Amino acid sequence: MEVPRHWRLKQQRYGLVGEVCPHCDAKIFPPRDVCPSCGGEAKTAFAFSGKGEVYSHTTIYSAPSGYDETTPYTVALVKLAEGPLVTAQLTDLGSQKVEIGMPVEMVTRRLRSDGDERGVLVYGYKFRPVLK
Amino acid sequence: MTDIIIAGIGQTSVAEHWDLSLRELAHQAIAAAISDAGGLQPQALYVGNMLAPNLSHQAHLGALLADFSNLKGIEAAALEAGGASGGAALRQGYLAILSGYVQTVLVVGVEKFTDVVGPETESALATATDSDFEAIQGLTPTAQAALLMRRYLHEYDVPADGLAGFALTAHAHSVGNKNAMFQKPISLEAYRSAELVSDPLNMFDIAPVADGAAAVLLTDRELLPPGFPHPLVKLAGSASATDSLALHDRLEPLAFQAAGTSACTALEKASLSLSDLDLFEYFDAYSIFAALSLEATGLAQPGQGWRRINEPDLLPCATLGGLKARGNPGGAAGVYQAVEAALQLRGQAGASQVPGARNALIQCLGGPASSAFSHVLTLLS
Repeated sequence: MEVPRHWRLKQQRYGLVGEVCPHCDAKIFPPRDVCPSCGGEAKTAFAFSGKGEVYSHTTIYSAPSGYDETTPYTVALVKLAEGPLVTAQLTDLGSQKVEIGMPVEMVTRRLRSDGDERGVLVYGYKFRPVLK
Repeated sequence: MTDIIIAGIGQTSVAEHWDLSLRELAHQAIAAAISDAGGLQPQALYVGNMLAPNLSHQAHLGALLADFSNLKGIEAAALEAGGASGGAALRQGYLAILSGYVQTVLVVGVEKFTDVVGPETESALATATDSDFEAIQGLTPTAQAALLMRRYLHEYDVPADGLAGFALTAHAHSVGNKNAMFQKPISLEAYRSAELVSDPLNMFDIAPVADGAAAVLLTDRELLPPGFPHPLVKLAGSASATDSLALHDRLEPLAFQAAGTSACTALEKASLSLSDLDLFEYFDAYSIFAALSLEATGLAQPGQGWRRINEPDLLPCATLGGLKARGNPGGAAGVYQAVEAALQLRGQAGASQVPGARNALIQCLGGPASSAFSHVLTLLS
């Protein structure tokens, strides 16, 4: 059971909440309280739109424990519309071929399960192709 | 200034050592290094290891290995910097002797992979990524390398088999290295037809992980016994740098900045430049890492590392097989590099000998160059 370490990230996992720098307006995700662009303090919450595009992607066939239910799965670096890159699984792909530059949007899905009946189910962001 | 000499070297083969435990592997390398140094006794032991707390349920390796290797009583501790743990331990040895507080140090890198297999190993390896924002997404180090490789192929318009040169080079150089996992050359055709592991990474883009231990005994030159039998190899420069742990926290993921910075600083410390080097042991845990390291260190232009490896005027790299063919012994890799470079400079590298080698750069990386440790070894005349 690892409840606190997932619970305290709920805003990030469910809402893609990062920060905006009050000094240089850089958008920051994951939040880190110090702006990586200008070095100033940046604690202002900022909810990202969840829109972005695929920067790079791959498929994982040998997964860590806790991810076997969904293996194989696709992981991407997603370039968010507001700037930052984020690492996330792609989902709801169907037969769609993934390509660099493909527009994607954030959805909430189960990320992992800890196995036994008392294990934590961890939910969080994944990205899917933008619905037309 | 103190001349730090690599007085003794020792290594086990990199293999699936089912019959040997973590401590036994380490002890074999330690005993070999002490013997090679003519019995010089260390005052401190620094251990490079990445995964023992995960895979062997064993932390506290300093005391464990000092005790088991009959060195009980001396200062001992382990250092962890992901895949660069061996380099971190080597640098600790370098700093300790330069500090003046100790004169002789044993550095051992050890990793025991094969006590577990499959998902447990992947989980352990993923602890070197950002747990909250990378590993939670099911990302593994291999997938991380695949993300880099895909982007590299895309940005620089590299053909699908463009990175083949790294595996071909490694395997060609490991012939005759009896400690290597693979001692046979491979063909371009074999590379092209290899199974995809995490697209676009294929089997030959990934250094196989296995068990191993390597050790070096460092000492102040003044303490070498009369009649010391080996050519003197000096640890002439050492440097370390970090980058963001998570790949997504970088503005330019394809620039291995820590690799470049640490190599440059280590060369400066040794008063050498790139053109003085006779060999480079880069960190080819993945072929894309080797390409990006060549570019970061200035040995290739950005986007040209994949071509550069095939050019005959590039200095010899991965001279005893690199991680790809010798095998990737995790946190021991950085110490293997030191042992191999010392063999080259002593002229003891057998079939893989680089003729007349005098200056070597070795570099190990934790994650995608989130940590980088670079060392320069020179032959004293």
